Amino acid sequence: MTLRVDLPEETLAGVLAKAFGNRSFLIGLIITLLVVAVALLSFVWTPYDVSRLVIADKTQPPSWAHWFGTDHFGRDILSMIMVGARNSIAVALVAVGIGMGIGVPLGAVAAARGGIVDEALMRLNDLVFAFPALLSAIMITAIFGPGAVNAIIAIGIFNIPVFARVARAGALAIWPREFILAARAAGKGMTQITVEHVLPNIATLLLVQGTIQFALGILAEAGLSYVGLGAQPPMPSWGRMLFDAQTRMVIAPWMAIFPGMAIVITVLGLNLLGDGIADILDPKSRRRR
Amino acid sequence: MTAYLLKRIIIAALTLVLASIVVFAVMEILPGDPARLMLGLNASADQVEVLRNQMGLNAPLVLRYLHWAGGLLSLDFGRSYTYSVPVIDLVRERVVVSLPLALIALALSTIIAIPVGVFSASRQGRAGDTLAMGAAQLGVAVPNFWFALILIYLFAVWLRLVPAGGFPGWSAGIWTALKSLFLPAIALALPQAAILGRVARSALIEVLNEDYIRTARAKGLPYRTVLWRHALRNAMIPVLTILGLQFAFLLAGTIIIENVFYLPGLGRLIFQAITQRDLIVVESIVMLLVAAVILINLIVDFSYAIVDPRLRAIPGKVRSGFPSGIAPKQILRAVQRFRETRNRSRGRQ
Repeated sequence: MTLRVDLPEETLAGVLAKAFGNRSFLIGLIITLLVVAVALLSFVWTPYDVSRLVIADKTQPPSWAHWFGTDHFGRDILSMIMVGARNSIAVALVAVGIGMGIGVPLGAVAAARGGIVDEALMRLNDLVFAFPALLSAIMITAIFGPGAVNAIIAIGIFNIPVFARVARAGALAIWPREFILAARAAGKGMTQITVEHVLPNIATLLLVQGTIQFALGILAEAGLSYVGLGAQPPMPSWGRMLFDAQTRMVIAPWMAIFPGMAIVITVLGLNLLGDGIADILDPKSRRRR
Repeated sequence: MTAYLLKRIIIAALTLVLASIVVFAVMEILPGDPARLMLGLNASADQVEVLRNQMGLNAPLVLRYLHWAGGLLSLDFGRSYTYSVPVIDLVRERVVVSLPLALIALALSTIIAIPVGVFSASRQGRAGDTLAMGAAQLGVAVPNFWFALILIYLFAVWLRLVPAGGFPGWSAGIWTALKSLFLPAIALALPQAAILGRVARSALIEVLNEDYIRTARAKGLPYRTVLWRHALRNAMIPVLTILGLQFAFLLAGTIIIENVFYLPGLGRLIFQAITQRDLIVVESIVMLLVAAVILINLIVDFSYAIVDPRLRAIPGKVRSGFPSGIAPKQILRAVQRFRETRNRSRGRQ
């Protein structure tokens, strides 16, 4: 049994001060910004052109000319990782967008209406959850053909129930509050209350879940590309690079090491960022929520 | 409690039926005629028509679904288009690779995660805890197929301790067979251990804040005894239930790992079936895995009630959207935390 005491609104300066005192948040933010910067940079500059094959330079070990070495076509691994970051970020970001765009309204409606609507939506959620995510993603891409767009759809579909759940749980905690009662007394309808009062109050929850799903999306995209169902060559992608590296582990281990590290660092950064945001906005929740 | 269990069973059955309809519908809208596929390009339209009739492909949709679903119940999945053997035979051959692999990975993950969780929780906030949880944070971020590649390089290419891939079969001797499952099991287990270690730590920290722990300490029991005998035992309830959940995901997680190590398991079978458009094999394996996930979730739900006697007295009000409506807060939170962490690692399944 806890007594709920509503603390006065925190000031922006206060939140910022807390943010920069939080190690997890800081490290996560720096890594994430760095990855995004690298992806953006790749649009205007990469050390080498990734579309040019230089067979004479194939499977070169890391050197001053090629920091991360070259692949079996003589392409510069560093340049490919930079361009691959675009693909990873784009796929994961759009998949999060699909999940939020469909999942949040569903969850909000379930919480607002309750009863049979709620029950039906949650059973649908259970259904999607019963399918091991990657298995279904493999099925979807196998059916509609491999490619970045289908990978986005496959990953996005499995983000929907996640966001629906978070939005519903968050909204259910908001609905009994006094200010909602006040809004109802003022004659506002369900939709208006949801949009004006519920959604702003669960925005932070969604933001934290968003970073988690973003990280997950990057892992999922890498997994799909690795089995040949994601982005298709010649578009460089981290998962695809690992696939190419697999049969050449003996002669060119760097082909596997660096793209893998790119995935690990990106996912780590996003996870730290998510943990940090959760800590800053609600220290009581720890890693719970 | 009976009402609760009954509701869980009904929901599980309903989910299974819905899932089978989804799988059937997806396979139905797929382009490609299995009869034509079996007969090859040179077959005449008449021949195809005859075979379609034989295979029952011309029957009404509902009848075909009922026939297929009825077959599933008696483990009769039909015949593979490409191998021309009953699908169940293929599955039986492969499951003896995938299932032991998932079990070994589960065991490994537990053996690693529990001590790490205990270590971290008992040193909460100190350097050791920070280090262990940092490692866990890293472990959650590592894609298991990449980890597998690194393991292959280290242990198979460089140290030559274990084979880099392939599976000699159980007839080659248990030790030889186990050796080839060793690396895949580690690759699967370590990221899972990172998740489980985090769950074990927070479950334990929660228990350590309980009054009865303070009582045990107050009456003079050494910290070690309190930690291992009193706290861990109580923290095991959420950890055990989560292990059940993880098992389902390890089963599915073998799909990619089997491809890395060229293991002839269910994962490789489904990939071959996809490239050969052997849809009946694809839908059978998907249904099997989905059924396994639903069954394991049901067992986990049941175990809440069996493991914790406190639950038996509570009337079964089930909160929708969460399978554990009557579970005590402790388990609820642990499951929630697990789901959250698992979501981060979904990509590696």
